[in-house]
Amino acid sequence: MIANIGYFALVLAFLASLYGAGAAAFGALRQRPAFVESGRHAMLLTWPLVSVAAACIITLLLTQQYQISYVASVTSRAMPAYLKITALWGGQPGSLVFWSWLMSAFATAASLRRWDRDRELLPWVVVVTMVTLAFFLMLVIFFENPFARLWQTIDGQQVTAMFAPAGTIPLVPVDGNGLNPLLRHPGMVIHPPMLYLGFVSFVIPFAFAMAALVTGRTDDRWIRVTRRWTLVAWLFLSLGLILGGRWAYDVLGWGGYWGWDPVEIAAFMPWLSGTAFLHSVMIQEKRGMLKRWNMVLIIVTYSLVIFGTFLTRSGVLSSVHAFAQSAIGPLFFAFIGLTLIVSVALLLHRWNDLRSESQLGSLLSRESLFLWNNLLFMGILIVCFWGVIFPLVSELFTGQKVTVGPPFYERATGPLWAGLLLLMGVAPLSAYGRTAARLLGRALWKPAALTVVVVGVLIARGVTSPAALVGYGLATLTALVTLFEFARGAWARRLRHGESLPLALWRMAGRNRRRYGGYIIHLGVVLMAFGIIGIEMFQTETQGTLAQGEQLTLGRYVVVYNSLAQFDTPDDRNVARAVVSVYRDGRYVGELHPRRDYYYASQQPMTIPGVRSTLEDDLYVILVGWEPIATQGATFKIYHNPLVNFVWFGGIVFILGTLVAAWPERETEPVPARVRAAAAPVGA
Amino acid sequence: MGSRGILPPPERGRVRGGGGLLVAAIAVFLLALAALVVPARAQEPTPSDDEVNAIAKGLYCPVCENVPLDVCPTQACAQWRATIREKLAAGWSKEQIQQYFVEQYGARVLATPPPTGLNWLVYVLPPAAFLLAAYFLWRTMRRWERAGQSPQPPASSSDDPYVARLEEELRRRA
Repeated sequence: MIANIGYFALVLAFLASLYGAGAAAFGALRQRPAFVESGRHAMLLTWPLVSVAAACIITLLLTQQYQISYVASVTSRAMPAYLKITALWGGQPGSLVFWSWLMSAFATAASLRRWDRDRELLPWVVVVTMVTLAFFLMLVIFFENPFARLWQTIDGQQVTAMFAPAGTIPLVPVDGNGLNPLLRHPGMVIHPPMLYLGFVSFVIPFAFAMAALVTGRTDDRWIRVTRRWTLVAWLFLSLGLILGGRWAYDVLGWGGYWGWDPVEIAAFMPWLSGTAFLHSVMIQEKRGMLKRWNMVLIIVTYSLVIFGTFLTRSGVLSSVHAFAQSAIGPLFFAFIGLTLIVSVALLLHRWNDLRSESQLGSLLSRESLFLWNNLLFMGILIVCFWGVIFPLVSELFTGQKVTVGPPFYERATGPLWAGLLLLMGVAPLSAYGRTAARLLGRALWKPAALTVVVVGVLIARGVTSPAALVGYGLATLTALVTLFEFARGAWARRLRHGESLPLALWRMAGRNRRRYGGYIIHLGVVLMAFGIIGIEMFQTETQGTLAQGEQLTLGRYVVVYNSLAQFDTPDDRNVARAVVSVYRDGRYVGELHPRRDYYYASQQPMTIPGVRSTLEDDLYVILVGWEPIATQGATFKIYHNPLVNFVWFGGIVFILGTLVAAWPERETEPVPARVRAAAAPVGA
Repeated sequence: MGSRGILPPPERGRVRGGGGLLVAAIAVFLLALAALVVPARAQEPTPSDDEVNAIAKGLYCPVCENVPLDVCPTQACAQWRATIREKLAAGWSKEQIQQYFVEQYGARVLATPPPTGLNWLVYVLPPAAFLLAAYFLWRTMRRWERAGQSPQPPASSSDDPYVARLEEELRRRA
């Protein structure tokens, strides 16, 4: 019954989205506002309908209705309730419903805004969001139905279908298979919704961009309207990526947080184009330039969002994320192709209307530096895209399967990241229009001199790797420039208003959240860069098989193997848990418990490291293997990960900065503009 | 990189307390068994795990795709590592071992495609595209700059959205 209600709600939502798109388009083309309004109402209907469907799935998951194929495939009796709920996005059909639910919620939220200044955009926003929603609902209803039941034929064959096929009886398994053990982690419970939120939010700016193209509104209205949507999308995407990294570090047991896996890259690519977009829209807002380029960027980002979902969901690329494979690939492919063709055609149609309103003042200006920033982000994007699809290209043309692994991405993107760090250091000091080299030099020399000192200290302390020195040098420069910017701004306010420094800092950042939020994000990136360079350049590792009481040494650390216990748990796992003592410089610093969990139901092992974390470094111990008899010998792999916690710490700063930037600003500013203009630092 | 050592062996009451012929026989058997196994562990195995992992790090088995061989927990990958150990012990070089796996399982076992035939594209295309884009951007910016030498509307003097909006509106009305 519940399954039927859920399925029916999905079908209605699908019909409503199709009608909504059709009515809105008809109304706009024939100048019939009543149809546009009707389309909008249909759109408003989709969210409650998809909510009903999602609630039905959750009810089925919680009440252990194992005759529903999806429930049996992602839950089991032993799983706690919260995991049963989050199993909504633990498999293919459920996660597509979740995607649709977010899409309908965002479309509804977007349609509830005040449309008085841009009413002509509304029908086309409805069309784009509803077409996207209809596509996902079609996948759910016709190919990945979460409500399909299990049936058994007379000769014992198992069939999955929504309604009873002829000659079958219902099949009700006693227990389900349970959620993929890799997904039973708090990080993994939050990570997919964050990524999906990021993915889906990017549909809204795209919808407005397309509406602007269709209606011929060539001003920056669509950018101003969707600025916050873009930032929120970017926030969730960043959060999803960071949480995913943390999950990999905690659960996958290979001593790192980012493996350049195709599905990681799938989520990373829209982030890259989205970041370029976030920067370049500022140029359009300030100078009326780059109108075409911003359109290109949002089209690319939307396509990459769908492509990312496609990579994760179609199984076209085998990867560790292969748990969601199915045969919906060609449909995704067709949808991406179609939306790309339509949006590019619209862009070409309006090409001449999207001319720049002003010209580049100088090659040394904030505009030009932002353009170089865009080039670098797109360069990294090209590397990622090419690396992901090359194995397919190779297989298609030569029949040879190849792996494009981390060394390729690291070597190819390393210099581009360095370039971005440099720009992050210089661009905030540059001015719109034209920057006098002398002024830039004057603003830059102090941070640059301090950077030279820092690099000198690093060399004196024995750091010899040129890449590390360049990386740390650039990160230091950026950090100093950003901090100088904060200090200078606050100092100027203090002199003018007599405020105390913290108050001046607070007010200054509060009055221009976008800029100072951006600077905080830059600081977060710098901290992450410290961590990434630390672990990439200075990670060390060793492995050894130890008898009880034996030790393994890695740098200043000694790890002594004490014992190992192997036992079954009530949730159907077999756990092998080792106890090791850790000494640093000969001093005992604690015990770690690396373990290997084996899930009987899915026959899947999981390596959970034992980690000792400090701000300086992590000691990361993995249980690689052990002797089955007497548990006397066990093999351990130990990683020393210097500065890795800067990655997480930087991630938090990064997210805080994004929140500051995205926080709604008051429309009216009480302070006279000339005072604030005078208080703004060089280049403002 | 790392080194192993042995702490003073812990006192084991169970062994000292053993008595009787049967127990002695078992003890002798276990000792004999230990003699077979323990020396291999008590000393650094040749070649060491680290030497094996240094090669395994750059290899990928066709089943556990995208998981490097040195950290892959599956049985099949453990066997691959054992093969690397055997080959190292037989005096093979890193390149020879890599070549052995490529011959057995194809080029996909390597972390990056070997630079032959079509594979050159993977290395050449991104830098070529980047350089081309950089050149194009430079040309475009020069063109814009030249066009911008003619009198142009003043840039906004502030990041303040209010002022920016005001200036923009004034400019448009001008």
